[in-house]
Amino acid sequence: MTIDVDTKIREIIADLAMLDVGDVSLDNRLDELGVDSMALVEVIFAIEETFDIEVPFNANEPAANEFDISTVRAIAQGVQTLVAQKG
Amino acid sequence: MTRRVVITGAGSINALARSAPATMRAMAEGNCGIGALAFRDVERLSIQIGAQIKDYQPEAHFNRQQIALYDRFTQFTLLAAQEAIDQSGLIFDGALSLRSGVVLGTAGGGVQTWDENYRSVYEEGKNRVHPFVVPKLMNNASASHVSMRHGLRGPSFTVATACASSNHAIGQAFHMVRSGMTDAMITGGSESMLCFGGVKAWEGLRVMSHEACRPFCATRSGMVQGEGAAVFVIEDYAHARARGAEILAEIAGFAMSSDASDIVMPSQQGGERAIAGALADAGLAADEIGYINAHGTGTTANDKTECAAVASVFGAHADRLMISSTKSMHGHLIGGTGAVELLAAIMAVRDGIIAPTIGYREPDPECALDIVPNVAREAKVSAALSNAFAFGGLNAVIALKSV
Repeated sequence: MTIDVDTKIREIIADLAMLDVGDVSLDNRLDELGVDSMALVEVIFAIEETFDIEVPFNANEPAANEFDISTVRAIAQGVQTLVAQKG
Repeated sequence: MTRRVVITGAGSINALARSAPATMRAMAEGNCGIGALAFRDVERLSIQIGAQIKDYQPEAHFNRQQIALYDRFTQFTLLAAQEAIDQSGLIFDGALSLRSGVVLGTAGGGVQTWDENYRSVYEEGKNRVHPFVVPKLMNNASASHVSMRHGLRGPSFTVATACASSNHAIGQAFHMVRSGMTDAMITGGSESMLCFGGVKAWEGLRVMSHEACRPFCATRSGMVQGEGAAVFVIEDYAHARARGAEILAEIAGFAMSSDASDIVMPSQQGGERAIAGALADAGLAADEIGYINAHGTGTTANDKTECAAVASVFGAHADRLMISSTKSMHGHLIGGTGAVELLAAIMAVRDGIIAPTIGYREPDPECALDIVPNVAREAKVSAALSNAFAFGGLNAVIALKSV
């Protein structure tokens, strides 16, 4: 499978943050993009639906989550890993 | 006309117990009603725990025709209402029957009926459903069946304000008795959404715990759903005294507020206004409150906001009062939760027993109040509050006093 995960993640976040994809870089943190806690739950949902994966995420303990959401790049890398694990 | 309003009957069924006194005993013992969920398709859920009423047999309480009409939330309501009315000793006939009504809270109404029948037509492809699906699932079914069974012909309706439904319902009934519109009312609430669709919907929000409800704890992991009902008889004080009724507690005040800010994130200011409003309505000074039954869902958003609101309203007294979340034991009954939690407030002002917050492991500096960790406490408390803060930013706080 040759999905460009980075681009797809940027598209998902741009869509939910109501931004142009060009304004979402891999270095951005989600709060810089105006993604609040509700939008984050929607981002996770969109990622799961797009890649057919389960993202381990609980809104009550973001620090304890094994899935790194600190930057767009971290999310993309986490998704790459989950997609690879799925095989 | 402003009258004093008292509680003269209480009934409940929930994951902890099958009666109001047994529920209070279970709270005093710090029992936990949360465990593995058991219902069809549970293996497809990512959240598989809840405070379910185990080994509940509808056939033990209702006949076949009744079961065809009563969703589980209605069955729970009828059982709790019978207990409350029996305790009160009231018989609703004559003028009392014409003026007394039922105001109940529920968020989802007959969720199990929706779930079963959607499954039947969508998944199983059936083209016919049972003729009583609509009267079984409607939110007011429980209030209507209580009115029919007990001859309550006065003002009756159902209130739906998500997790504050029961508190809003009790507040409406309280206002009716206090104003002199009626001498007695049946009020409380019920919920039963522990079924595949009900839990699946909640999973989506990513706020549910996989392991336990740990309100105010640094290692909290979210909320846990429960089910059940609690119902009360509330009555004009003079009316209750004249007939020599046993009085459980006085409802001294009630206040509501709306955050007008966010559909899921609570507002500290909205909570503060409801808490301060209940004190003002009850004519109570802040330092008269010895106990608060917290909304205490065990989510980060609620717990921090609620503690900040309490600290702000009570100032230095916030460090002296006790505040606990009994959701750690009976789970979050959503629209029914305020009614079950009122039992903890009654136990505080009547018996001087403060229900604990169980499952507590580690202090959270943002919830630095006396949350009565893990073990109940004895304390003389003359007044207590019960908080409910709903999704949609709708807040309702009840103030109780000992009599």
